[in-house]
Amino acid sequence: MRRAVRWCLALCVAVLCSHAALAADVTPADLKPFVQALGSGGYAGTEKALGRLAEAGDPAAVPVIEALQAGDLHVRKADGAVVIARKAGGGYALSDPLTRADLGEAPAAAVEKIRINNSLRRAISATLGALTLMSPDAATRRSAADAVFKSRDAAALETLAAAIAKETDAGVRRAMEQARAAILLTAGGAPDADVQAAVATLADRGDRDALALLTMVAGSDASDAARTAARAAAATVEQTLAMWAAAQNLWYGLSLGSVLLLAAIGLAVTFGVMGVINMAHGEMVMIGAYATFLVQEAFRAYAPGLFDWSILVALPVAFLVAGGVGIAIERSVIRWLYGRPLETLLATWGLSLALQQAVRSLFGPTNREVGAPSWMSGAFELGGLTITYGRLWIVVFAFAVFAALLVALKKTWFGLSIRAVTQNRAMANAMGIRTARVDALTFGLGSGIAGLAGVALSQIDNVSPNLGQSYIIDSFMVVVFGGVGNLWGTLVGALALGSVNKFLEPYAGAVLGKILVLIFIILFIQRRPRGLFALKGRAVEA
Amino acid sequence: MLTRFLLMGLDRRAGVMLAVLALLAVAVPAMTLWVPEGSPWHLSIHTVSLLGKYLCFALLALSLDLVWGYCGILSLGHAAFFTLGGYAMGMYLMRQIGPRGVYGHPVLPDFMVFLNWTELPWYWLGFDQFWIAALMVVLVPGLLAFAFGWFAFRSRVTGVYLSIITQALTFALMLAFFRNDMGFGGNNGLTDFKEILGADIQAPATRIALFVATVLALALGYLIASAVVASKLGKVLIALRDAESRVRFLGYSTESYKLFAWVLSACMAGVAGALYVPQVGIINPSEFAPAASIEAVIWVAVGGRGTLAGAVIGAVLVNFGKSYFTAALPELWLFALGGLFVLVTLFLPKGLLGLAGQVAARLPRRERLAAAPDATAERKGA
Repeated sequence: MRRAVRWCLALCVAVLCSHAALAADVTPADLKPFVQALGSGGYAGTEKALGRLAEAGDPAAVPVIEALQAGDLHVRKADGAVVIARKAGGGYALSDPLTRADLGEAPAAAVEKIRINNSLRRAISATLGALTLMSPDAATRRSAADAVFKSRDAAALETLAAAIAKETDAGVRRAMEQARAAILLTAGGAPDADVQAAVATLADRGDRDALALLTMVAGSDASDAARTAARAAAATVEQTLAMWAAAQNLWYGLSLGSVLLLAAIGLAVTFGVMGVINMAHGEMVMIGAYATFLVQEAFRAYAPGLFDWSILVALPVAFLVAGGVGIAIERSVIRWLYGRPLETLLATWGLSLALQQAVRSLFGPTNREVGAPSWMSGAFELGGLTITYGRLWIVVFAFAVFAALLVALKKTWFGLSIRAVTQNRAMANAMGIRTARVDALTFGLGSGIAGLAGVALSQIDNVSPNLGQSYIIDSFMVVVFGGVGNLWGTLVGALALGSVNKFLEPYAGAVLGKILVLIFIILFIQRRPRGLFALKGRAVEA
Repeated sequence: MLTRFLLMGLDRRAGVMLAVLALLAVAVPAMTLWVPEGSPWHLSIHTVSLLGKYLCFALLALSLDLVWGYCGILSLGHAAFFTLGGYAMGMYLMRQIGPRGVYGHPVLPDFMVFLNWTELPWYWLGFDQFWIAALMVVLVPGLLAFAFGWFAFRSRVTGVYLSIITQALTFALMLAFFRNDMGFGGNNGLTDFKEILGADIQAPATRIALFVATVLALALGYLIASAVVASKLGKVLIALRDAESRVRFLGYSTESYKLFAWVLSACMAGVAGALYVPQVGIINPSEFAPAASIEAVIWVAVGGRGTLAGAVIGAVLVNFGKSYFTAALPELWLFALGGLFVLVTLFLPKGLLGLAGQVAARLPRRERLAAAPDATAERKGA
């Protein structure tokens, strides 16, 4: 009991202290006359008062000006006090603009709105920009600097200079200097040295906005030296931009390529290693995606707090479910069709239709919602690149799966048996390898990897019964292009096709780009009928 | 000489097939026009068009069997040739609409007016003439097949690789035809046809005429295909299906033989598409979908590959099943089709026509001897 009382006391003290601290920050007394002036003298009076608030340079005025901008600032008719009035029920709820203290309610007739016109609106945003430049929060200052850079309002120049002098954060200071340079160049009439310094600052910024400003200076009536500098800077910036654009395309290509790699790598095992054309491969991917959906539903129902980790649980589940379905398919259908690749194609196509319909009957024909964990959402900037975490993780995952598969095939007993059965089934059998079991497990492995691909694809694509269909043709293209029976070929094929697709897209559009890639593959197969990394020797005719 | 060539393909099975087709060509119009509506023997115009559709698919299956059953080229893109033929016919029908379109433009089809085009693209010129359109029905698929086959067979792309790039071909065409600026109506395709050769396309007489034309085309296709198969050329085709390198080492130019069968097959598929479009009244890019081509493969597999008659029977049976199931139990259709694929490949490697032989082989010896003449006849036909 005593402990509880002590707790309560401590809590009260803490609350009081924090309240006092807040109150100490605000200096309502100094700003009060200016705020009061906002309400008198019509538009001109308001604008004048606004100017004084800006000069005072106190960030405490920001909420007041924001209220003015939103049209919430009113004059109380009874005493002429400026108050914030927000609609509440039939009348208005009043509060003090500076202290936020509640001033009770008033009927609509008791207050009069402080009206603003376009010229005032401009002044308000300039003042807000200038005031937030002084904010104690670095992120706020930074966004204010960016806002000034965009608006290029000459009125902010002095505030900006003051802010730069006070600024301690290097990054924010750079943003402010860039804003100042932008204003100097736009306004014109600045001394030559200043213009050249501004050109240098903008060249340092090096983005599309800077390029626009620099080209403007290069064509303006500035001094020859300044123009030459601007032209040179513009050329450099252009080059940098082109480089970043290429890098961005490369990243998109890598990201698309890794998606293709994920979808195709399981196929490379069943088609490349076993010689089985699995048209139901896309449905294995689909099963993996639906397994992710089910795991997430279970997490939502039983452990919503751990939702972020559901995808890690979904990985083994999807692998086992898709792998299990794969083994069942191999035992019931494929094993009767070895050595007849075209027949396996037909039978697995039939299975793919049945699996699609089964999923449609179980889960309905519509898309299912699969959420992204928090560590997979959002994006970050890397120089001129924008990289989303979701794509980044998929790229990492694709390469991890590839590496794991490579190790499994080269370094484990299971991989050794797979390769032995692939190379000479009869001999492997004679040496005591149970070929039937190896076949089933290999097919299960390929299907399981497809299931893993499904987990990844559920993050970037709709989870619907048609999910697999949209990847199956691309996957075949990758495997055929890369050369059957070669995992490295699949890797190179996926990345090459992904990048070619993304580099063509800006010029040809997405659909035409895809058509061109298909035609390219058709022609490529003519040159190298067995793909990029063809098997040589006796295995070829088998 | 041509007649002699065509008569060469006439064995017992071809005789039966042609007799059945002749019966259809006579009985179906008679049952539609002269049997009174209340009678159970009466056929509605709707049924006639449906039968006509099945027979178009049968012609497509026949063309596929020629290359798959006899040359061993499994095409997963035969619907591409079918659809191109269909588009050629559709363009003719589009031009026949004239100023009766929604926008009333005398020359441009509605979708071009909608896209603010001011004149007809060059590849639409001449399609107001039936003979040009009819030529294109054969020529366009034929040329595409020639170009594709020329490269593919020369580079000795075979087996699975060939199948997959035929799939790439039809997929690329589908993507292209879905684009609005291709000038083929984008994803809506070509539709709203009014008349063909001056006759109202909705009129019962026209529908029946189209059906009879389809039966005749199928009969002619069957004759040509069986004549090719029975000729020396056909023997070479079968030989290279079974052992391509051996045929090559014997001095035959295998790619020319394959190319011939491939182009002939594409032209037949184009004709099938051209007859299909006026009977269903629409052609759109979804006909290019790889799934459509693969479905055609299953018709052949169900009937029995390498039998010609089997392809026709398979196409009609599977499509009849599809019409029945999709109306009665829509969810079950994909299960039924999928199951059919699996069961046929596992248990009927020779299809329904091969089933007769399989059953005969299991009969006790005396009965087998009695059935022997039948079996030899079958082998001759194959």
